[in-house]
Amino acid sequence: MKSLNELFAVRDEARKKMTVRDGGGDVIRVVVGMATCGIAAGARPVFSALSDEISARGLANVDVAQTGCIGMCQYEPILEVLENGKEKVTYVQVTADKVAKIVEQHLIGGKPVAEYTVGGVVDSVADSVFSVNNTDFYKKQRRATLRNCGVINPESIEEYIAADGFGALAKCLLELDPNEVIGIIKDSGLRGRGGAGFPTGLKWSFTAQNYADQKYVVCNADEGDPGAFMDRSVLEGDPYCVVEAMTICGYATGATEGYVYVRAEYPIAVARLQKAIDKCLELGLLGKNIFGSGFDFNLQIRLGAGAFVCGEETALMTSIEGNRGEPRPRPPYPAVKGLFGKPTTENNVETFANIPQIIWRGAEWFASMGTEKSKGTKVFALGGKINNTGLVEIPMGVTLREVVEDIGGGIPNGKKFKAAQTGGPSGGCIPASYFDIPMDYDNLVGIGAMMGSGGLIVMDEETCMVDIAKFFLDFTVDESCGKCTPCRIGTKRLYGLLEKITEGNGTLDDLDKLEELCRYIKDNSLCGLGQTAPNPVLSTLSRFRDEYEAHVIDKKCPAGVCKSLLSYEIIADKCKGCTACARVCPVDAISGTVKAPHFVHKDKCIKCGACMTRCKFDAIIKK
Amino acid sequence: MKKKISTLPFKGTPEQAEQLMAVIAGVSSGGHADKSMLMHVMQQAQSIYGYLPYEVQVMIAQGMDVPLEKVYGVATFYSQFALAPKGEYNVSVCLGTACYVKGSQNVLDKICENLGVEPGECTEDGRFSVEACRCIGACGLAPVMMINEDVYGKLVEGDVDGILQKYKI
Amino acid sequence: MSNMVNVKVNGIPVSVPEGSTALEAARQAGVSVPTLCYLKEINEIGACRICVVEANDARGFVAACVYPVKEGTEITTNSPRLISARKTTLELILSDHNRKCLTCVRSGSCELQKLCKEYGVEDEDRFAGKMNKYGIDCSAVHMYRDNEKCILCRRCSAACEKLQSVAVIGANDRGFDTHIASPFEKPLGDVSCVSCGQCITVCPTGALSERDDTQKVYDAINDPEKHVIVQTAPAVRVGIGEEFGYPLGSIQTGKLITAIRMLGVNKVFDTNFSADLTIMEEATEFLGRYTSKENLPLITSCSPGWIRYAEFYYPELIPNLSTCKSPQGMFGSLAKTYYAEKMGIDPKDIFVVSVMPCTAKKFEAMRMEHTAVKGLPDIDVVLTVRELARMLKKSGVIFSDLPDGEYDTPFGLGSGAGTIFGATGGVMEAALRTAVRAVTGKEAESIDFMDVRGTDGIKEATYDLDGNVVRVAVASGIANAKKLLDAVKSGEKQYDFIEIMACPGGCVNGGGQPIQPANVRNTTDIRATRAAGLYEDDKNLPVRLSHENSDVKQVYAEYLGEPNSHKAHEILHTGYVVRNRF
Repeated sequence: MKSLNELFAVRDEARKKMTVRDGGGDVIRVVVGMATCGIAAGARPVFSALSDEISARGLANVDVAQTGCIGMCQYEPILEVLENGKEKVTYVQVTADKVAKIVEQHLIGGKPVAEYTVGGVVDSVADSVFSVNNTDFYKKQRRATLRNCGVINPESIEEYIAADGFGALAKCLLELDPNEVIGIIKDSGLRGRGGAGFPTGLKWSFTAQNYADQKYVVCNADEGDPGAFMDRSVLEGDPYCVVEAMTICGYATGATEGYVYVRAEYPIAVARLQKAIDKCLELGLLGKNIFGSGFDFNLQIRLGAGAFVCGEETALMTSIEGNRGEPRPRPPYPAVKGLFGKPTTENNVETFANIPQIIWRGAEWFASMGTEKSKGTKVFALGGKINNTGLVEIPMGVTLREVVEDIGGGIPNGKKFKAAQTGGPSGGCIPASYFDIPMDYDNLVGIGAMMGSGGLIVMDEETCMVDIAKFFLDFTVDESCGKCTPCRIGTKRLYGLLEKITEGNGTLDDLDKLEELCRYIKDNSLCGLGQTAPNPVLSTLSRFRDEYEAHVIDKKCPAGVCKSLLSYEIIADKCKGCTACARVCPVDAISGTVKAPHFVHKDKCIKCGACMTRCKFDAIIKK
Repeated sequence: MKKKISTLPFKGTPEQAEQLMAVIAGVSSGGHADKSMLMHVMQQAQSIYGYLPYEVQVMIAQGMDVPLEKVYGVATFYSQFALAPKGEYNVSVCLGTACYVKGSQNVLDKICENLGVEPGECTEDGRFSVEACRCIGACGLAPVMMINEDVYGKLVEGDVDGILQKYKI
Repeated sequence: MSNMVNVKVNGIPVSVPEGSTALEAARQAGVSVPTLCYLKEINEIGACRICVVEANDARGFVAACVYPVKEGTEITTNSPRLISARKTTLELILSDHNRKCLTCVRSGSCELQKLCKEYGVEDEDRFAGKMNKYGIDCSAVHMYRDNEKCILCRRCSAACEKLQSVAVIGANDRGFDTHIASPFEKPLGDVSCVSCGQCITVCPTGALSERDDTQKVYDAINDPEKHVIVQTAPAVRVGIGEEFGYPLGSIQTGKLITAIRMLGVNKVFDTNFSADLTIMEEATEFLGRYTSKENLPLITSCSPGWIRYAEFYYPELIPNLSTCKSPQGMFGSLAKTYYAEKMGIDPKDIFVVSVMPCTAKKFEAMRMEHTAVKGLPDIDVVLTVRELARMLKKSGVIFSDLPDGEYDTPFGLGSGAGTIFGATGGVMEAALRTAVRAVTGKEAESIDFMDVRGTDGIKEATYDLDGNVVRVAVASGIANAKKLLDAVKSGEKQYDFIEIMACPGGCVNGGGQPIQPANVRNTTDIRATRAAGLYEDDKNLPVRLSHENSDVKQVYAEYLGEPNSHKAHEILHTGYVVRNRF
């Protein structure tokens, strides 16, 4: 591919093919969500049943394509029918045996199978709603970063090009000089989506300023926060976008080599990205003299092997170099001395995914979304105690209330919202008192949480905040690389203190020590992992100190989570004396005679909760 | 967690060695391996052998001209690299509190005795590996063990031989 | 000439070269910042966090050892927050540290202990919690490793990998489980460790230490049957003083002899003597090979760390190694043959103690393949300078008050050529001094061969000896040796004679020398300073040529005949084995 016109020709051809058949007649396009979540839910048999059915019936005007993540994880497998001029129809929880009816009634008969659609299956959605676009889950979202995910076939370069793909790259290489590209990114206000929110344009300009015989572009796809999976989604649903963005970054910063560092746990993402790279090489969109501009760029994939710390930019580079993924002190920053000692620009997948559109649609378009200092949209992985789980993309500045109540559909079982945790093991929690705070980088930092990569875990009244802090610390201790003292030993001691508190052995002095140690680890650790590791503790300690105090003073866990602090009791009035609890108790801590109220011996009880689960009469309570 | 090193005799075949050498050759030019490809080579080696025993790491160290300690340091840094093989059937015995007080340690000991291995090890024929695990949340069934996906509860030592026998056939 | 930048340290303005670290700038301003993991040019990883400082151009604390200052950087090194942070760092280290300090070999010279005292650490249990348990690895003949005293500064593994290209120890596992060990947790005695001991000399704590063999010496001294003789290696005279408060580089031969004698040994001899003997043998060997052009380049064999490395890593070069035993070995061989006969003592009753700046000598002493008397070791015990110093301190001698002593005969005379064996290039220079005479029949115009002196890792020179062009190279530090040998193997370089010392700078910086803490190593070139002492000693000695050593001449006259004679070969030469690295 050598010119913009050539690209446009391919684009127009692809668009035509996707909408109109050669012999005339509109194309009906059926897409099946086949990202990891879809496949795990059984999308593959659905896809093959659909293909078989359509070829068996000789439906020439129906195109079946796989696509990336459509976003509603708990309703996978999802299948959507798109027809020119008509609203799309979203089928959820599709199984292979539902396919025949959909083909018969909808694709042939033109009448959607209402009971299989999102409105027919999902309780919170009105029966009359056929398209996911009309659900509360989608209405407040704005799909910019994820615009192609769940829409195009991620393995088809034509479909990517049809969606204006590579237009931005062509524009950069043929019409803009590198400084102008950086200028556009700066003007857009885009900030890094991986954690700290460093301005992307500025980052690029640092690398661009440094002269070197070789520079690199690195894409951080080592998404490691438990519960966050937007980067996987982009790679699985829109891999060409990442290739295009990295090439643009290479052009802007003067780099000719790029690396994508992907977690080994993402095999589908890796396979699709590799296909994308191969295809681009074949078409001259990677390699030598791209678009005849004289610019060369090559891309390689490197796989991680299970180390959270490799999400830290210097550790990631150390890992690409073939070493233990231990971070290096900064400065020197990667823009000066990065991968293999050369100037390097590193961004994460979500950041890169915004680049082509910013170039193609303009900095103003991007800057029109979001808040004053946080532009654009952010993808969150919604999880925890919330009705709608999945990937949501919202403009920066949407409130937590909107996310939880409108998009997320509220808390299950009528429980009360307690807090939302953002930023995973590096982040903090947003308590209910900040329910209406517009979520952007600075506001979240201001209240002791952080954007992080976008995991958003909702917690209700049954979540113990001390236990949550301990959970994250356990993770950090496990994932600490062991290089610097504060993180290697400090986090271990922090965990020890939390253990002591949740076991009921803590003192008020321990709370002070906890806080002191947290501040110390933040100030003294070598890398971001250590510097942010205490955040879950500090944030819960400042927002929910009463819970900590309940653990140490009253020796109680208000949420009823910390086992050592619980006691199980049988309410005599409710107990029928069925003996089920006594039989299930692993330690024979329950005694009583048949048809008479039973009794828990607290000295023997190990608080496993088996009795409570077994009791059919709600006669057992924990306190 | 410190990684457990397998004590099983190495059973690599010449074909496997050839595959590994081909991988190393694939990242080499002019007789010199690209040392930044160490993790890639180790990942390939693990998919060839199932784990990274001493002999395999030595092949990598020699083939790529990197110190063996470097290979081992990398192998023990990343959680996906395994130093011990997993058996065809992985037996995990819950040592959570409930199971423990109901005698799961005895069950574990009995399993180890039956299979002739220590926890964290794999039998010589590669069929069974045994490990202790944390609470799997089935306290009412204590003591509990899992063999791959199958859950067995309310175990007594005497059950062990019979259950294992089902998988030995 | 690099550009200078203006910075402030605690308000004190200083001008430092661009690219300087905050640590260097602080020092320039007369302010010291504590360090633990930092070893200049060897281990610059900013890991221990004890050197944290505040900088006006950085967020949060930065590690001074790796933080580059710029024009206008203002560094604060001693704010209350920093002091408290450092104290916490120490407390955390202590929470996972074996604190049997009173009985630790490094008590008093431990860098961690010193800092704990400076920072007023009072409660070593403030962060008490689970501690790692490792046990002691005493599988190697030259040293032990006690990981429970390791603070994971990684100075040892950096030395092993970067200085020595051996890399048999490194960081294993991760997080709180991270520890320094060998691949597959093999004991050090089972891996291709070359016993150089560089790891010991850089260890800030008692985690790494030489194997203590002093009791064997006490036992021998107290055994009336044993005739205990001691030899002291060339570099010992420049090292020992440091243990008794003398500055780096001071030569203490006389007091050394007296002090050892006061331990109750029978004789004190000079390894310089057998160094001269080595030159006689090796120069002859070289001329033979040079004439026949066989097995060139000849490579020296004095450094047992290097020999072990060659056996493990360059078995194809074994034919190039000099067959001469090292000066230590030659001494032991003569002690149990010539000396035994001369003194009329059963060789079994002669107990040879070597005092060496070296840990690999402990391994060399275990080689039984080519001992002079079959079944008897040439050397019974090797003591490092540190072990000897411990014995002397225990014996109560007041070192500084001792009168100078003289070495005993018949192995008491050493030339200046022997003395400089202790510095890199010294063996080459000593050999050249004698080779010139052997080839040209006359003494060299100047016997100072400056091209092969100095602490450069690799040195080269070419000499024209009456039309015979001799190309020589000298390498110290195995990483440098590897570089040199790879160039030779690839044909890129050709030499006739190569001197290799395992330790950077040679024996003056040997693994058995007194330990200098990192703050000294980072600011002083201890190799150059100690070497300067030896060259000064050489200059002042009455005899400076090996072939003019009258004790050496006497041994040849009375016993060996001439260099490389059959007898000399039997007693003074040896062979090597190929060792499997894995």
